[in-house]
Amino acid sequence: MAPLARPVQNEAVEGIRKTVAGLLIAVLALAANLTLFVASLVSVLLIPVLGIGIVVMPHVVVAVRFRADLERRFSARFGVPIAVPYRSIPVDAPLGSWRRFRMVIADPATWRDFSWLLPGAIITGVLGIVGLAAGPYPIRIAFRFSRLLLGPTAAAALRRRVETLTVSRADTVDAQAAELRRIERDLHDGAQARLVALGMNIGLAEALIHRDPVAAHRLLVEAREASGQALGELRQVVRGILPPVLSERGLEGAVSALALTLPMPVDVEADLPCRMPAPVESAAYFSVAEMLANVVKHSGARHVGVGMRFENDLISMVVRDDGDGGADPEGGSGMRGVQRRLAAFDGTMSVTSPPGGPTVVNMELPCVLSSPKTSRSSATD
Amino acid sequence: MRVVLAEDLALLRDGLTRLLTAFGCEVVAAVDNGPALLPALLANRPDVAIVDVRLPPTFTDEGLRAAIAARAELPGLPVLVLSQYVEQLYARELLGDRSGGVGYLLKDRIADVEQFVDAVRRVAAGGTVMDPEVVAQLLARQPLNGLTAREQEVLGLMAEGRSNAAIASRIFITEKAVSKHINSIFTKLGMPPSDDDNRRVLAVLTYLG
Repeated sequence: MAPLARPVQNEAVEGIRKTVAGLLIAVLALAANLTLFVASLVSVLLIPVLGIGIVVMPHVVVAVRFRADLERRFSARFGVPIAVPYRSIPVDAPLGSWRRFRMVIADPATWRDFSWLLPGAIITGVLGIVGLAAGPYPIRIAFRFSRLLLGPTAAAALRRRVETLTVSRADTVDAQAAELRRIERDLHDGAQARLVALGMNIGLAEALIHRDPVAAHRLLVEAREASGQALGELRQVVRGILPPVLSERGLEGAVSALALTLPMPVDVEADLPCRMPAPVESAAYFSVAEMLANVVKHSGARHVGVGMRFENDLISMVVRDDGDGGADPEGGSGMRGVQRRLAAFDGTMSVTSPPGGPTVVNMELPCVLSSPKTSRSSATD
Repeated sequence: MRVVLAEDLALLRDGLTRLLTAFGCEVVAAVDNGPALLPALLANRPDVAIVDVRLPPTFTDEGLRAAIAARAELPGLPVLVLSQYVEQLYARELLGDRSGGVGYLLKDRIADVEQFVDAVRRVAAGGTVMDPEVVAQLLARQPLNGLTAREQEVLGLMAEGRSNAAIASRIFITEKAVSKHINSIFTKLGMPPSDDDNRRVLAVLTYLG
């Protein structure tokens, strides 16, 4: 019985904890909201008085937004997530500037926050106290009310989306341009240069073949070696653009093939019902490949696991290793590159890597399969 | 030696035909797509098939799949697969039926004409010829079943399809020392005594495993 009783007990403890938290939230709501309400009212009224409000009001807005963000955090804890609606503030609009004031009053979220302060205080206050008797449910109702005013309007949500897309598109365009430059340089300094040398060697051999057959022979051997090196370099370039095994076998086959070439054992588990659209497949492959390269270079891991799953229009990829940990997603250009690569498709990445390991990298990539028709690879099965 | 060739690029198809003919092979059929390969093999029963991995109509790994399918139909049919790049994954699949007569080489290797023709002959004779690049990838991994570094090296050269004499001259030891290493490899990999060629194939397979 004991193991059964424990979860129930835990639930009860959790319930009490939430009720107490609800009460504290209610008290905070009453105290902070009422203060901020008065402050915001005064600051607005001070705008025509020598323009004092122009300087003061943005400061009050900072405090109000802090309070509103706190409410959003609590609300998410109680299972009612509220998205942040604010327009981003440019760096050249410091507190106290006219520009900042203009920005703040033009953002509808400012006025929605203000209008929330008083009713929010009353509703959260009342329901938080009622919650003492009825458990955590009433406070959720209070948060649902808060969401009406603290969440973004449809227009604000769209605006934020556009901002995100603008940034990720710019990143994508930059990354693509850099990639093209790299490919051009690789071809120019590598294969192209070798082919030039090859042509020279063959031409010289042609001229020497009767006069000095030994030298001509040596030149031809050199020419053959140069052709092999040129091919090797071209292969590297092609692999960097689109690994042939990826176009032939899809994500699972390509990751399995890559796993075979790593110095440590790699377990690949995949649950991918069919081929993904090529751009998504490529982003997924290069993300996993970059993570595996990191593992090989930095982790000292003896064992690596890769998991890939497609579910609810989302590809989830996990790369786990038993190495030293301490990986910093902001530290390496590799990880930032992966973040950018994924962001182009609205994908995300998270890293947990405590010192001493293990390191787990989770990546998610939305992917809507355009048609149920399967890919060309399964057509050849 | 009678050869069936599957290569879609006319330039390479003609070049290979010319090269093989110059070395006394007879190209009895040359096809330019995957589906035509099996009928050509059934009609001609060649000593060896030389197949490009990427072929029409899919332009993916059509040639590899056709070669594996052909070996299912004609067990033991020697097949040499050529590609612009090599994958250990594909090497494993080719050797999946655990019998010899399999080659897997980069197209670059054709440039060393004599060695290439030698590889064709080895495959036709039931040997196993893996590209040095496949072998290099394997050497980067942990040694197998407690093989010494030297034994690992010998096994790699065996996978490339080299004879004992060739191995000996490559790593500057006597042929006798080579066969000693090879016997030790067979023992460590748990290969039962059987004819030497077959054990070589199995050892290479375990190595690729």
